[in-house]
Amino acid sequence: MSTVDLGLPGGLPSGLQGVPAADAPQNRKEYVSDQEVRWCPGCGDYAVLAAFQGFLPELGIKRENIAMVSGIGCSSRFPYYLSTYGMHSIHGRAPAIATGLATARPDLSVWVVTGDGDALSIGGNHLIHTLRRNVNLKILLFNNRIYGLTKGQYSPTSEPGKVTKSTPMGSVDTPFNPVSLALGAEATFVARTIDSDRKHLTSVLKAAAEHRGTSFVEIYQNCPIFNDNAFDAIKDPETRDDAIIPLVHGAPIRFGTDGHLGVVRDGFASLAVREIADLPGGEADLVIHDAHTPDPAYAFALSRLTDSGILHQAPIGIFRSVDRPAYDDLVRQQITTATESQGAGDLQSLITGADTWTVA
Amino acid sequence: MIRTVTIEVKQLDRVVIRFAGDSGDGMQLTGDRFTAETASFGNDLSTLPNFPAEIRAPAGTLPGVSSFQLHFADHDILTPGDAPDVLIAMNPAALKANLEDVPRGATVIVDTSDFTPRNLKRIGYDENPLENGELEAYHVVALNLTGMTVESVKEFGLSRKDASRAKNMYALGLVSWLFQRPVDSTITFLQTKFAGKPDIRDANIAAFRAGYNFGETAEEFSVRYEVKPAVMPTGTYRNISGNLALAYGLVAGAQRAGLAMVLGAYPITPASDVLHELSKLKRFNVTTIQAEDEIAGVGAALGASFGGALGVTTSSGPGISLKSETIGLGVMLELPLIVCDIQRAGPSTGMPTKTEQADLLQVMFGRNGEAPLPVLAAQSPADCFAIAVEATRIAVTYRTPVIVLSDGYLANGSEPWQIPSVDSLPTIDPNFTVEPNATDAQGKATYLPYLRDPETLARAWAIPGTAGLDHRIGGLEKEDKTGNISYDPANHDLMIRTRQAKIDGIARTIEPLHVDDPDGTAKVLVLGWGSTYGPIGAGVRRVRAVGGKIAQAHLRHLNPFPANLGDVLRSYDKVLVPEMNLGQLAMLLRAKYLIDVVSYAQVRGMPLGAAELAEVIGNLVEETAGIDDDARQLGTAAANLTHWDHLEGAR
Repeated sequence: MSTVDLGLPGGLPSGLQGVPAADAPQNRKEYVSDQEVRWCPGCGDYAVLAAFQGFLPELGIKRENIAMVSGIGCSSRFPYYLSTYGMHSIHGRAPAIATGLATARPDLSVWVVTGDGDALSIGGNHLIHTLRRNVNLKILLFNNRIYGLTKGQYSPTSEPGKVTKSTPMGSVDTPFNPVSLALGAEATFVARTIDSDRKHLTSVLKAAAEHRGTSFVEIYQNCPIFNDNAFDAIKDPETRDDAIIPLVHGAPIRFGTDGHLGVVRDGFASLAVREIADLPGGEADLVIHDAHTPDPAYAFALSRLTDSGILHQAPIGIFRSVDRPAYDDLVRQQITTATESQGAGDLQSLITGADTWTVA
Repeated sequence: MIRTVTIEVKQLDRVVIRFAGDSGDGMQLTGDRFTAETASFGNDLSTLPNFPAEIRAPAGTLPGVSSFQLHFADHDILTPGDAPDVLIAMNPAALKANLEDVPRGATVIVDTSDFTPRNLKRIGYDENPLENGELEAYHVVALNLTGMTVESVKEFGLSRKDASRAKNMYALGLVSWLFQRPVDSTITFLQTKFAGKPDIRDANIAAFRAGYNFGETAEEFSVRYEVKPAVMPTGTYRNISGNLALAYGLVAGAQRAGLAMVLGAYPITPASDVLHELSKLKRFNVTTIQAEDEIAGVGAALGASFGGALGVTTSSGPGISLKSETIGLGVMLELPLIVCDIQRAGPSTGMPTKTEQADLLQVMFGRNGEAPLPVLAAQSPADCFAIAVEATRIAVTYRTPVIVLSDGYLANGSEPWQIPSVDSLPTIDPNFTVEPNATDAQGKATYLPYLRDPETLARAWAIPGTAGLDHRIGGLEKEDKTGNISYDPANHDLMIRTRQAKIDGIARTIEPLHVDDPDGTAKVLVLGWGSTYGPIGAGVRRVRAVGGKIAQAHLRHLNPFPANLGDVLRSYDKVLVPEMNLGQLAMLLRAKYLIDVVSYAQVRGMPLGAAELAEVIGNLVEETAGIDDDARQLGTAAANLTHWDHLEGAR
């Protein structure tokens, strides 16, 4: 499968370090489980599943060393359809469960599959704490901006004013921007991609897998039943060139039909979209995307170029990819250090302690 | 100073001593040191720390009083004692807050330094109780302990404030002299604790010695006391608190199962010490994750169990409420998980530092759906070790979450523990599945994650990384054997009944309930669970000491119950069930065995008292024997047994 170049240099410690390599090349079919897929016809989840099954063999790791953990929601059925180890857990808790699994097992590639309700509403606390700790696990957030499994209530990413079963007069909630939230929690790898762009999706997944630490990937995913056409602007061939702000590390952020638009610095810590023709320096004024910028404020400014209401424009790609030691590596390092400096624990001596007396 | 009177040494069989002061006065430390001295001397002992939830309530106020009670004896004892023989009160508030527990005739040692009109008025004393005769019934030793402390450490050039902080060591020195405690361990302790602060170290040691020497040279005391070492079974002993014993028991369980241990926990009183202790034990392949909340703590533990480690979470009632959904997931996934509930007074935030045993029904039933799981309860501080090992055995063997109940009294209380040999602990076999365990319709070897052991009904457990056995599990109902999602009505009924049968079947591996009924003629059985073991045992001894016949049994397994429990209950005319709740075990017993047990329920945030239980037991014994209300005397006699009657020694 071909991938697009995201412009990320190599040399970062791999997120797959410690996971045993496969003995032989694998193919997509090996990753298809025997369970019948039960999403609605036309659901964006099918495209993500197909891309994921196609991408896993490329990692070159043993199939039995992949573990998928999900919460509750349409997307959380994902693990059942992959022939890896998997746990379909409870609403919102997958990041917490995966934290324990990843910490206990450095030889596993651990993935969390979640949705906008699961990750950002009921499970918001676990999400931000997993991100700040930087546990070596990969979070795929399927964002369809609606509650699907409970049949059509607004979600924490729904646009203000949205009329749903639970908001007949329109939602008065201000939505989360998932990328902004992840950056606010100082996530080390934050990306956004689209269910229908298999090449881009695959490239982002690969970069996420290889990142050491928590990778957070928001996937725009269409719900044809309860929120159809939510992402039309970025999918319609007529509009998408002006709607997708492509992020390629090392390249100027330029887009639009014939590249007439670009991203420039605009005031204190902000970015803005401008007609290149209107810029005094032309293309030279554009921001060169640097996903390795240590300060998350830059990536945060990028994330604010996403429409919070009806989606007309959004940056797509890797916002941020920086190095920070992974939580689970540090935890295991402390165990190693303690064991090396004090010797492996002797249970009898532990329970006996220092202050004893003997009755003869 | 030359002593002009001879000091008499009086032999006592047991003493209850209580140190009380401001939360900032170091009373817990003082109590711990006196306990260590007493343990090294070889007395049997039992302790009861009692402190406010506020870290530093306003100084000198009643809510700010912190105390530590220690009962030590020349024979085996069961409780920290109902009433102190000696009260050390470091300020007026400590005197006022504790005096009602002190029987007439007891010794009250008071630091007079803070007895100023302003301080007295603040806590509602109109007059100085040391001067108005209000304490006539007690043997009061009023000393300016703070002043003497400051004087004794003046050579170190500390500020008055710093100097006076050593007053707890002065007081400890004085009572160490009074009860002839060995002092070396305290001096070594102070040398280590303050190694980095030589001035403070030397001042504390000087104050401690000065307090001891004051007893020796001043004429305040004409009597010194001696409590001889207790006769205990041969072996090596240490003193241990419930939370420490629990931490060590969990490590022992994991080690005996050959599993790494992952604790996911969120700080909560009175459970946090288990997290603290385990965080020091990394060299035992113990990982501790201080999670973002209670739910994440149990989630991380369950995730680790999915990966083949022993997942553990520790909390108290409010935290258990939050963990309920994840525990239910554990029931469905059928994975080992240990959930420790160090109970405290509820409901809601309740009284965080006070003890209670009112979470029994919560842990039994507080989950959606039919979600049975084993429930164990420790009966004494040291028993927390054995109960944790037993919890590990059940969790790993049966692939199930297990609840371990302790409480604030066990957690912070301590007692001597005969240290077991590690080799004597059970070995636990995780029995991981590493090969296909079935053949599919096409004759191909396959893995069925919900194929069960016919004896235990435990499911097969293959962990990630095992080639060819990959599978998916989750909270949705499982199809029998395959574990695939199933909404089939008959299958759901089968799975519900199977999960219940698995837990019920654990009873086959539990020791039968032992009944202590010395000559087999008792008509009344007193049955308890958890930390009431000590007080019930002490109450029973009192009743027997005045001639009453009473049988005693104590449950450590609350689900399933020991297989013989029904027979035991039916063999007595009356069954008394004392609890620190409104009758939760009583409700379970009535529901399961249709026996109308007599519930004795007290929910005061404090352990039950031996005398109060003696009275209740004695009355019931006579009522059962048909003795009229006004003719009964056993209970009163047992309750009123006076102090030096070898009560707790009566077998």
